[in-house]
Amino acid sequence: MPELLAQQIAPDLDVAGWASDAVDWLLDNLAFIFGPLRTIVSALVGWVETLLVGPPVVVILLAFTAIAYFAVGWAFALFTLAAFLLVDAMGHFEATMVSLALVVVAALLAVAIGIPLGILAARSSTASAVIKPLMDFMQTMPAFVYLLLAVIFFRIGVVPGVIASLVFSMPPAVRLTELGIRHVDREVVEAAEAFGATPRTVLTGVQLPLALPSIMAGVNQVIMLALSMVVIAGLAGAGGLGGIIVEGVQRLRVGLGFEGGLAVVILAIFLDRVTAGFGAGDAGARGTA
Amino acid sequence: MASHVRAEGLTKVFGDAPKKALEAQGSGRDAAWIREQLGQTLAVDDVSFEVEAGELFVVMGLSGSGKSTVIRMLNRLVEPSAGEVWIGDERVGALDNRGLRELRQRRMSMVFQHFALFPHRTVVENAAFGLKVQGVEPDERRERAEEALETVGLAGWSEHYPSELSGGMQQRVGLARGLATQADILLMDEPFSALDPLIRREMQGLLAELQSELQRTIVFITHDLNEAMLLGDRICVLRQGRVVQIGTGAQIIASPASDYVAEFVADVDRSRVLTADIAMREPRRVFAPTASPQEVLDWLAGQEANGVYVLAEDGRVLGVARDDRLARGLGEGAREIGGLLTDDYANVPPDTLLADLSALAARNSVPIAVTDDTGKLLGVVPRARLLASLAGTEVSTGPQAAGRDPNGAGRGRQEPADA
Repeated sequence: MPELLAQQIAPDLDVAGWASDAVDWLLDNLAFIFGPLRTIVSALVGWVETLLVGPPVVVILLAFTAIAYFAVGWAFALFTLAAFLLVDAMGHFEATMVSLALVVVAALLAVAIGIPLGILAARSSTASAVIKPLMDFMQTMPAFVYLLLAVIFFRIGVVPGVIASLVFSMPPAVRLTELGIRHVDREVVEAAEAFGATPRTVLTGVQLPLALPSIMAGVNQVIMLALSMVVIAGLAGAGGLGGIIVEGVQRLRVGLGFEGGLAVVILAIFLDRVTAGFGAGDAGARGTA
Repeated sequence: MASHVRAEGLTKVFGDAPKKALEAQGSGRDAAWIREQLGQTLAVDDVSFEVEAGELFVVMGLSGSGKSTVIRMLNRLVEPSAGEVWIGDERVGALDNRGLRELRQRRMSMVFQHFALFPHRTVVENAAFGLKVQGVEPDERRERAEEALETVGLAGWSEHYPSELSGGMQQRVGLARGLATQADILLMDEPFSALDPLIRREMQGLLAELQSELQRTIVFITHDLNEAMLLGDRICVLRQGRVVQIGTGAQIIASPASDYVAEFVADVDRSRVLTADIAMREPRRVFAPTASPQEVLDWLAGQEANGVYVLAEDGRVLGVARDDRLARGLGEGAREIGGLLTDDYANVPPDTLLADLSALAARNSVPIAVTDDTGKLLGVVPRARLLASLAGTEVSTGPQAAGRDPNGAGRGRQEPADA
């Protein structure tokens, strides 16, 4: 009986072959895109990295504490100060900043692409019908596969890490932007239209502001997902905390792996609370009804 | 002058095959058939009406009657499947996007059921929204918005956010937003139905007051018949997307076009809607001042009445000839009733509410006289007839009913005469 269960009933399909053919075709025909893209992304990451690693640690530490204070409150600011001091004490401050640079660039790009896509999906049901399954696909395809593809297209280094993170983390930005806009009270949108507002005014003056809490929740998720890719990006030679953890795993250095993991957790808590805080703060100031 | 807003055969089909539904509608199928056979919803079915400038026109119907769709087709928030809307001599359906925006900015504004305020803008920013869209400069915009807020009784609330206001106040902001653009047409989609009864009455009062000053052309949607009667110059009753009846409140109550309307209006406080001209009928007989007292007395005796109106040649009421005065005059040798008249009668203009007539009806020996502004007698309202009108048992109206003596049976010994 077990043999029967394992028996293949559908004819053989060489999906693997098609996929690698498609990749080959892309490599042959779209090389003129991949080259410049690699340069641009690499420059972006480098620039953000310089910003984070260049100044003395004290400056960055105080800046983070200040951000935490304004976004959340003094208690969280104290936590931030202590947590990043711990990271520094473990000797991973620079690696953390390198990873943060990767997260920031990936998340910025994901948001920059995702929000317009979400707006498009909210305004056109056809676009939504195309974009939705695409986002499902992007989110459920194991992240390692992106990394593999990204390495093929962009070679080893930080760029495939950014690209893989970007693809993996973009869906929430699209989804929550679309959801947020579609959930804006229909009558309120009608009111703007009834007074003769242009579609652009309706979007920028009514729909986007009212969808902001939802969009910010999307941004928050994008950042979290991008961060979760940091370790995987380490496999492609992106360095930073990913590199430390990969080293810990490969050499069975549990302590090193734990330190890297702890730094990731601290970075995650910081980014999560700060972005959530900005989102909620905005909504609060606007007197949500 | 031509009508200000005119709807011609407005029809809206919701569904994926509106053409089929329109064909079926054209060949006389009704909404139920179209829904069952074609799976299309005929929400609005061939609705036509005209609204005069300065008129408050109420479109009334229960939920599902298509009233919200009708009002949204006037400014094309909903695109009509068939039919036309005219604003003055401008065909709304022919406007391009820019023209339509222009129309919405300058000529029609709208007030919504759930207020539809912008929660992220302050009260004054909300009120100024239409002006901002028009491109009015910030200072002027603010000034005009503040003015509109003052008109609706919200001075001093400018810097608050809508969420800090009560429902009634929020709708005042909605009203101010609609008034601020100075559009001459105001579309109001069930503006008061989300409010508590007391607040609703207050807002109805506010609107009536504003309207008497501003004289905008208003299309007002409601499901509340009392509200329709209270506010509407004319009412259009919708049922399942079709117009059942259009008329003044009094016309609709006095002669409902169908059982549906009759049932609908059964609960209305008729005394606050019906007017004297609906309840009045032609006097059975009037006399000239030259008539002899004997002749009038004989007639009164035959009618078991004790008074009758005496009119001048041009129809003006000169007074009432009452039996006791006539008898005394006859004894003193008077030859004409002209010198024996009393002014023992009540007269009212034709638009007097029946509620106001009730108090007068019992007082005099003759029925209440309904006169125009020159004093000419238009008709009389006997008490029994007034009571019948209030009870809704007397449906047929107008002078034709006079001969049938609808109140004869109820007339008792003390009943005032039917002049």
